[in-house]
Amino acid sequence: MESEVTKIATGALLDTESVKLLATALVMGIGSIAPALAIGLLAGKGLEAIGRNPEAAGKIQTAMILSIAFAEAVAIYALVVALIIKFV
Amino acid sequence: MLRIEIAAEPIISLLGLSLTNTLLMSGVSTVFLGSLAILVFRSPQLIPSGVQNAFETLMDMILGMMEGVFGTRERAEKFFPLVATIFFFILTSNWLGILPGIGSVGLYEATSEGEKFVPLFRSAASDINFTLALGIITVFAVNVFGVAAIGATKHFSKFFSFRNPIDFFVGILEFISEIAKIISFSFRLFGNVFAGEVLLVITGFLVPYLIPVPFLMLEIFVGFIQALVFAMLAMVFTSIAVSHH
Repeated sequence: MESEVTKIATGALLDTESVKLLATALVMGIGSIAPALAIGLLAGKGLEAIGRNPEAAGKIQTAMILSIAFAEAVAIYALVVALIIKFV
Repeated sequence: MLRIEIAAEPIISLLGLSLTNTLLMSGVSTVFLGSLAILVFRSPQLIPSGVQNAFETLMDMILGMMEGVFGTRERAEKFFPLVATIFFFILTSNWLGILPGIGSVGLYEATSEGEKFVPLFRSAASDINFTLALGIITVFAVNVFGVAAIGATKHFSKFFSFRNPIDFFVGILEFISEIAKIISFSFRLFGNVFAGEVLLVITGFLVPYLIPVPFLMLEIFVGFIQALVFAMLAMVFTSIAVSHH
């Protein structure tokens, strides 16, 4: 006989609405791991560079903000997919 | 219960074309910017004071930042209109969308599923049409600037070069990257503004008193940063396209 837990777990996967909810949460959760790491690394390297050469702070800051925007865009793609799954 | 729609809701339909609430909002931004320009620069003084002084300082700051990327002041002034327009248009659209009354004042429409609340105004960049249009215009303009600056053959030889197989594949990747730039521009702005809208609606729904304040501050910050990033990326892509290697 199947145990209660496996019955509930498989039952949740049979319903479209619950799979949609699960998919939304997973997309957002997994999809923001890499961008968060990337932004952290970029900011860290940027700040280190500014610390080593404070005169070039303006140029480094511009390049840093630009690259952080690129990295964040990937997280935004994941967000858009999650929103489309949930609301369309 | 909360109804969050991704697509912008039309308020009026005339002659088969529908006027959506985001279109109305972008019209409001345009009228605001246009009237500001007319009022401030109706009679420009040689020695500026007051509002004209503030705007000239702002313009000087932006030109200074662009000069760092382009090299000479003359080139910065050449590409200043596109970059600054993108920046101010997106900034006013984002900031006007946080005002009270946007998204909450509207009409009830009878639809097939019962009554639906249609807000009269909605943040302009929360419509994928707005951001996609801006993205397409920006990438198209960057390519036009490239052709105008270094000539059509040199510009297109970046994408379709037959010198050796590696250059050919790099060219194809560059071409795909142009398409990806359009998508990236539009989805970055759309995702940020739409997510901010959803966030404000949900916090307003859960705890309407005091709790939305930090989220409103976040929205002000995000609106500014997204306008800045869009304009800066347009500027950087232009500088890459008009540079002679």
